Amino acid sequence: MNDQAPAIEVNDLTVAYRDKPVLWDIDVQVPRGVLMAIVGPNGAGKSTLIKAMLGLVRAAAGQVLVHGRPYAEQRKLVAYVPQRGSVDWDFPTSVLDVVMMGCYGSLGWLRRPGKKERDAAMAALGQVGMQDFAERQISQLSGGQQQRVFLARALVQNAGLYLMDEPFQGVDAKTERAIVTVLQQLRAAGKTVVVVHHDLETVPEYFDWVLLLNVRRIGMGPVDEVFTEENLRLTYGGRVPFLQRRNGHLEGTKPVDDVRRPDASMAAD
Amino acid sequence: MDFFSDYTLRIVALGAAALGMTSGALGSYAVLRKQSLLGDAISHAALPGIALAFLLTGSKAPLVLVLGAAVAGWVGTLVVMKIVNATRVKEDSALGIVLAVFFGAGLVLLTVIQKRPDASQAGLDRFLFGQAATLLWRDVVMIATLGGLALGVAALFWKEFKLLAFDPDYGASLGLPMRGLDVLLTSVLVVSIVIGLQTVGVVLMSAMVVAPASAARQWTDRMGTMVLLAGGIGALAGVSGAVISSMSQHVPTGPTIVLCLTVLVLFSMALAPNRGLVWAAVRQARNRRTLHMHAVLADLNELAVQHGGAHHGHATAVLEAAHPGARHELEELEQRGWATRAGDDWSITAAGQAEALRGGPGTRGRGDDEEDAR
Repeated sequence: MNDQAPAIEVNDLTVAYRDKPVLWDIDVQVPRGVLMAIVGPNGAGKSTLIKAMLGLVRAAAGQVLVHGRPYAEQRKLVAYVPQRGSVDWDFPTSVLDVVMMGCYGSLGWLRRPGKKERDAAMAALGQVGMQDFAERQISQLSGGQQQRVFLARALVQNAGLYLMDEPFQGVDAKTERAIVTVLQQLRAAGKTVVVVHHDLETVPEYFDWVLLLNVRRIGMGPVDEVFTEENLRLTYGGRVPFLQRRNGHLEGTKPVDDVRRPDASMAAD
Repeated sequence: MDFFSDYTLRIVALGAAALGMTSGALGSYAVLRKQSLLGDAISHAALPGIALAFLLTGSKAPLVLVLGAAVAGWVGTLVVMKIVNATRVKEDSALGIVLAVFFGAGLVLLTVIQKRPDASQAGLDRFLFGQAATLLWRDVVMIATLGGLALGVAALFWKEFKLLAFDPDYGASLGLPMRGLDVLLTSVLVVSIVIGLQTVGVVLMSAMVVAPASAARQWTDRMGTMVLLAGGIGALAGVSGAVISSMSQHVPTGPTIVLCLTVLVLFSMALAPNRGLVWAAVRQARNRRTLHMHAVLADLNELAVQHGGAHHGHATAVLEAAHPGARHELEELEQRGWATRAGDDWSITAAGQAEALRGGPGTRGRGDDEEDAR
């Protein structure tokens, strides 16, 4: 195996819905062991990029390599955390049952999860602070708890590369802390994590790599090199509430009548 | 009338139990995947298949007709998928189109068959509303065999089908062939539908797919229990409806079974614990009374504070002025030891004051530190 190859490498990826390109000629190389945020405005193709990496949406062109080999051969190395809104939380099942789905891939056909899988699922639930909820019906969970269940399900896979679609979307402060802790544990264990992220303010705090995306790749690399005002303006087309506020802080005296006062939610939408 | 010694009734009951169990259990997947209309489209689409199978082979053997029904039902499903993928027509419209067009074609073919000189032997129109009394032993054997196979497949692929129903994208990311599993599950659903057509009829067969699962969902929060329960409810409705209708040649079976199902569904929706409407209403009424009671208690407390002591009594009418019907709440408060009465005068007790200070329901009991509400 090639130990020097990037955790994930995407070459010339193009995705189109009907005749409109959603992703245009994207190249990405994520080194191993980094926490990378994918940042960009709504409709920039952030979720589509993750789904295309996983083969969940059809790419018009392009190639995805995981640890130097085609993704199709490396599925077991990759764990996916979908947006929590993508499933019906009134489904008749328990928290433990959902988390055990993480081992369905390695379990093989016709085999039911047993004690080993149960233990792995309970350990993962403990990692996200949800061990007391194992027998809960999933419809009784709050949004943040749902997100932690999805994270636990991916942890059960014990993968080398984690792809997460908006794990911080609309979660409570406790969940945000729990997720950040897990991300740091994963990095400490040498794993690679790629996260679609909305909150520009927390990017430098939580992540060490960043991909700026708006249909095309605007920039990619270490946060302190790439996460610049210039690049963010290119990504968001000049309207960056985060930057406006930061500038206000820096210059101190800027009156608010020429810019819309940025609201408390830092979301770029 | 002796049900279990009568040969016809026994056959009818066995056949209806087998088909009700199969379509009820497998219908759970259709309901959980929000594909309830798919069953309707498949069963209607099966009609031209039955007619064509008869026209091509001249045979009315159950296996031949069921095979024709299955092929047509499958083609109907494929056409729906094709329309959704290739055009901007949405799935519900595509299902409606396929249902109407295939069913219309089936009706035309049935008319053609009946106009033929040898039409007297056809009798295929029983597939419209179902006729349990026409079931023969060979029909029951076929229903039980195919139904057993379909249920067996669902049992073998239990965890994969569960994943398919809950989160197919995640399943694909695990490397499972979700599209193939989708095809397999749909095929199994087609089988469970076509084996019921002779008994229930194409028009109402979809009820056997949707209703038992909907009723079962009311009683449980576990998928395994739901599938088993739906099978049981389907079998119960099938047997009772088929037996009732087979006692008379003039009562079509499909509508009778659907009426039995309706009773079971209504019963489940009203009385199932947690989800039942009756219990929800009871809970709501109880909550409302507790709220009223605490409002009265708060006023009693305020009156006591205003008058500088708990032992200053107030007439019922004083509290009725602010809370019409307060008499009942006061009696409830007395029972809990939060208020005492002397004649018609009410006053708050020490325990009542403590309760009033703690605040009413809704200001307590939120121990969880989750900020975001569902």
